[in-house]
Amino acid sequence: MKSILIYLHVHQPFRLRHYTIFDAGLSHDYFNSDNDPNMSNRKILDKVAKKSYLPTNKRLLQLLKDYPEFKISLSISGLLLEQLEAWHPEVLKSFQELSNTGRVEIVAETYYHSLAFFYSRSEFETQVQMHRDIIKRLFNQEPTIFRNTELAYNNDLAAWAQDAGYKGVIAEGWDQYLDWRSPNYVYTPISAKNTKLLLKNYRLSDDIAFRFGDTSWSEWPLTADKFSHWLSEDKDATNFNLFMDYETFGEHQWEESGILEFLKALPKEWLKTPEHTFMTVSEAIKSIDAVGDIDSPNTVTWADTERDLSAWLGNSMQRQAIEALYRLERPLLDLNDWSLIDDWRKLQTSDHFYYMCVKWFEDGDIHAYFSPYDSPYDAYINFMNVYHDLKSRLVENGVSV
Amino acid sequence: MKVLMLGWELPPHNSGGLGVACYQLCEALSKDEVDLEFILPYKAEHSIEFMKVSAASPTGVLEIIQSGIAYDSYKFIYSDGHEEWNDIYSQVRFYENAVANMSKNISFDIVHAHDWLTFRAALRVKQIKGCPVVLHVHSIESDRAGGNPGNPLVREIEEISMLAADVIVAVSHLTKQSIIREYGIPGDKIEVVHNSIDRNIFDPIDDHNAYRYLNQMKSQGYKIVTNIGRLTVQKGLVNFLHAARMVIDQVPKTIFLIVGSGEQYQELVTLSSDLGIGANVIFTGFQRGKNWRDSFSISDLFVMPSVSEPFGLTPLEAGFYGVPSVVSKQSGVTEILHNCLKVDFWDVVEIANKITAVIKSDVLRETLSQELDKELLSLSWSESARKIKTLYNRHLEGVTA
Repeated sequence: MKSILIYLHVHQPFRLRHYTIFDAGLSHDYFNSDNDPNMSNRKILDKVAKKSYLPTNKRLLQLLKDYPEFKISLSISGLLLEQLEAWHPEVLKSFQELSNTGRVEIVAETYYHSLAFFYSRSEFETQVQMHRDIIKRLFNQEPTIFRNTELAYNNDLAAWAQDAGYKGVIAEGWDQYLDWRSPNYVYTPISAKNTKLLLKNYRLSDDIAFRFGDTSWSEWPLTADKFSHWLSEDKDATNFNLFMDYETFGEHQWEESGILEFLKALPKEWLKTPEHTFMTVSEAIKSIDAVGDIDSPNTVTWADTERDLSAWLGNSMQRQAIEALYRLERPLLDLNDWSLIDDWRKLQTSDHFYYMCVKWFEDGDIHAYFSPYDSPYDAYINFMNVYHDLKSRLVENGVSV
Repeated sequence: MKVLMLGWELPPHNSGGLGVACYQLCEALSKDEVDLEFILPYKAEHSIEFMKVSAASPTGVLEIIQSGIAYDSYKFIYSDGHEEWNDIYSQVRFYENAVANMSKNISFDIVHAHDWLTFRAALRVKQIKGCPVVLHVHSIESDRAGGNPGNPLVREIEEISMLAADVIVAVSHLTKQSIIREYGIPGDKIEVVHNSIDRNIFDPIDDHNAYRYLNQMKSQGYKIVTNIGRLTVQKGLVNFLHAARMVIDQVPKTIFLIVGSGEQYQELVTLSSDLGIGANVIFTGFQRGKNWRDSFSISDLFVMPSVSEPFGLTPLEAGFYGVPSVVSKQSGVTEILHNCLKVDFWDVVEIANKITAVIKSDVLRETLSQELDKELLSLSWSESARKIKTLYNRHLEGVTA
């Protein structure tokens, strides 16, 4: 059997409002910017719901009805679920309808889409548990597969996941550790022999996620027929891991590009051959044997040409901002004030640090596209002003910082 | 190809960016094998080898004594012994007549004039020689008047000259739009050629900064925020001082260094004491040479809050001395410069917010200045010169055809 594993990551951060140093110490409404179309979380969600979530879920539900073999996996950040519950319950319902088919698996991650794994293990575990809780409450699922924020992966993460009882981990199929090997198989982390690894086939995934609408691409237009044919050419492969942002469908690639038609046609083309099927990530982990070990002492992510954390932590502004934030952990948690803790956690979302990336000239396009700020410096200034306010709230509570 | 350049100033006898831009453009054009003769309104020693520099002395005038910067009145001493003071309009007429006379004995293909002071002369030359005329607009009257219409006599010269010109070069898209808006000149007659900067014109700084007092204050933890430019309404310094008041409330150890002279001098001095920040604002008057360089190098941050700045070279100069900038979005330089902080000139709170952020954060200052330095390496006048040479060729072909 050969399986396609479609895994989509769904997430929206709580973007900060424009917040100056003169707000610090006075107002604490960091995430409320309904008057600013670039920063308003609610308006952005309105737009993405209309362009991406609603039409894509409708299409996915139809495919699940039409093809019993069709299956997908999703990771949905807690922050997005929070926003959907507040502002777009009909979108939440459409995700629940997918889940109710029994063929849409939810993957575990941190509730706040944070990089806490690298800064505080206990904070990280709290956020993973919070995510499990909301997934149980809204979808009645108990995930067995883990994905870390930005697919940030190393040997330690695999060991942690094994200890926490996960059967598998999702990571980037990066050449650094695959070397000559193909991502179209299941692997085992060298540090956690009782779990397995599913590695993103970034060439095939990026054909859809990044190149699909690019009319100057030599393979444009990409059809489901052609794509299925490429996959069929790999005779020995067991699994094709198509991992990408959910927002590829309708937001990054506009509906006019034909992306939803491609999605619709893919099961039809792929299932024409009897030994072809679809699997969720846990099914693949359970039913496919691993072919080798993966050793990743360094952290690998799914972003940029470097595939490391440099898009989030590569410059000193980013590192200083995140380190300052995590230094507040102990005194802040000790106060046991939920509004403070929740604000602090929402500031941990990786997107805030991504906006501060100064790699304009190589990876600049994609950073600019996903940033609500005019420049990475503006992002840093805004974030730090909010940080100053958070600190002042600690001081007001008698903490010396 | 030979070009007659008409300009009002060249370094070291310049009052600001106009002379620097003319000098560097001419140097780059001469490297591109364009033969140049530059006519100035005054006689002075220049150690310039790449072009001939002539003075347009009116008949019978032995010597012109400059009383101050290029826009002030000059004293003319005649051969018959009498002296007279001439204002800027008389000088423009003298220059025009002198250039007209000189042009009869020079052969050249094109006349290229920089800003309104030389535009009448350029049109007279066109009348006499029939050659194409290129008008290079470094600023127009409404820029210099800080968004007001400005002097009608100057507007008249600008409007009529630009209507009659064969081609207009604007130093930014912002300037091109101003020309279209103010004078209704068709956009297809206006080419945008951005100014640039060549590192070779900068003299290095030495170990002994001229501002001993500021050095002492820095060792006491003070930060220096600097503006260098004419003290005119165009430069937005009233907003700058209001922002300074807000910054000092946040960070009392801040000194604002204001380098330059101009008609707003008394107003600005009065305002700074009215705001209660007289002790933190230092006015140095016009500086050149070492004092000018040291004004940059002593600074932690440069601010150019101009109301309307056609280009604005000073943030690039500051960058050469390792100093990052806050620049108004109403400045042409922001069309080419990424690694700076951009603000609207009217947004006093945001100007204060960004200044505060930079002086409070070492990491922001360092990242800005490192990235700016990389960016400056990629700038040079040769690309701008190449564009202008292409324009010359196009219009010469038009003449011969």
